[in-house]
Amino acid sequence: MLISFKRILRSGFEKFSHDRSSTGAALVVMTVVLFAISSLAILQGMSAFLVERLQEGVDVSAYFRDSVSEEEIFKVRQQLLDLEEVKEVEYISKEEALRRFIETYRDKDAILAPLDALGRNPMLAHLNLKARNPAEYAQIADFLAGEAFASAIASIDFHDRAPVIERLFLITSGIRAGVVAISIALSAVAVLVAFNTIRLTIYNSKEEIEIMRLVGASSWFIRGPFLVQGALVGVAASALALLLLFVLSLVVRAQFQSFTEFDIFSFLISQFFTLLLLCLAVGIGLGVFSSAIAARRYLRV
Amino acid sequence: MISYRNVTKIYPDQSVALRNVSFDVKKGEFVSVVGKSGAGKTTLLKLLLAEERPTEGEVLFDEILVHQLHPSQLPELRRNIGMVFQDYKLLNSKTAYENVAYVMEVMGLEEDTIVRDVGEVLEIVGLGERAHHYPFQLSGGEKQRVAIARALIHRPSCIVADEPTGNLDPYHTRDIIRLLQKINELGTTVILATHNKEIVNRIGRRVLTLVEGQLVRDEEHGKFIVV
Ligand SMILES: Nc1ncnc2c1ncn2[C@@H]1O[C@H](COP(=O)(O)OP(=O)(O)O)[C@@H](O)[C@H]1O
Ligand SMILES: [Mg+2]
Repeated sequence: MLISFKRILRSGFEKFSHDRSSTGAALVVMTVVLFAISSLAILQGMSAFLVERLQEGVDVSAYFRDSVSEEEIFKVRQQLLDLEEVKEVEYISKEEALRRFIETYRDKDAILAPLDALGRNPMLAHLNLKARNPAEYAQIADFLAGEAFASAIASIDFHDRAPVIERLFLITSGIRAGVVAISIALSAVAVLVAFNTIRLTIYNSKEEIEIMRLVGASSWFIRGPFLVQGALVGVAASALALLLLFVLSLVVRAQFQSFTEFDIFSFLISQFFTLLLLCLAVGIGLGVFSSAIAARRYLRV
Repeated sequence: MISYRNVTKIYPDQSVALRNVSFDVKKGEFVSVVGKSGAGKTTLLKLLLAEERPTEGEVLFDEILVHQLHPSQLPELRRNIGMVFQDYKLLNSKTAYENVAYVMEVMGLEEDTIVRDVGEVLEIVGLGERAHHYPFQLSGGEKQRVAIARALIHRPSCIVADEPTGNLDPYHTRDIIRLLQKINELGTTVILATHNKEIVNRIGRRVLTLVEGQLVRDEEHGKFIVV
């Protein structure tokens, strides 16, 4: 059994490397399919990354008047933490605010110089709030704008991130739908091309198959190599698609990163095995599927 | 060992290849089937290998009705009957050695056994030296000897040869027939279909004569007479 399996594998390898031209066509199309499917995975990873980045941001900042003491601010913070909509509250003292400001504008003398001239800390102590759900920032802002805090709070900033996140979701799901459609269409093409490749191989070895049958080869001994040939197209296409993906990602890495802070190359490295498995599963699956159909139709043994 | 009982074969296009043919072949016989081209010789042999099914009647091999075998049982039958064809039917991408070895690979035999047996059989047919030549590097007679080696390799109880000398010159023809006789002497049943008068007369064994699909003569020490 094992020895027959080995012989079938070997014969499949021979078929695969023998008809280069017809296998080549199947290989190219299959590679494109796997490339598209891997891009889908990258897109998924990238949108998850961007959404996470956006969700790290602050929803509402409340600035306190200089006259308000730290204890009072802490009391407000406690009240805020009791609100259901609030996820996190961070206290930034006057000193911390100044430190952060200087840190941010380290190299911009034009901005820092007037600060020196002022001779005092113009920053306000404040609370940075994160909503549990970015869309709920309004309720929190309303709460802070209420009568109870009017004397303590100098101003409120809100950063309405919900529309941005929503737009991001919309864009990525749009792209995803497009890529999915393209992948499905390409897969169909790949199946057809691989099917045709195997059909041609079967046709070209018609006489040979007839002889094998006559000398008593069982049907799976004859069909097996064609399935192996199909699977090998999938394996080779996986390797090619990933190679292409890595090379391209190195080319666009810098531009991509400055644009979205998403490091596409590191992502590929970290997801290498997942991508490899995905490509192999799809590639071998489609390859074997097409060979099996071709063998069923054209290999009556 | 082989039994044809009232066998009629009509192809789908209504051409009648065999009409009510009956005969038996015992183990160890050497039977020549003669007749003009189109008389039904190939059809007769194809029925034995279950490549075609009889329209009427039955064909038995070792008490088994071959046309009732399940397709998955056919490889087994074909390993019991060695087949030799006029056009050799060798795998062109394989050497003489590999052509013979393929049959054993198909049977799932170990590499050691294959190396030993193939070498032996190629010696028997006198091709020990040309084992690693491809079919295109061999003469017709040599190709036919490879085919015979292949038919012999699984020690079948019966060898069926359909015009094995049809493409050969008289010298190689005698050579191949002598080889078949030698195989027969070693105990293998041989069924030889041919329209070559000279060789049939020289063999001097049992002859079945087909005329337009009918078995008109069955003689123990027959001659080639076609009416
Ligand atoms: N596959 C087929 N389909 C239809 N007719 C066939 C087929 N094979 C053979 N025949 C016909 O059957 C008759 C016997 O053919 P065949 O057995 O090949 O004779 P032989 O081998 O003696 O030359 C011929 O008339 C031939 O035309
Ligand atoms: Mg014939």
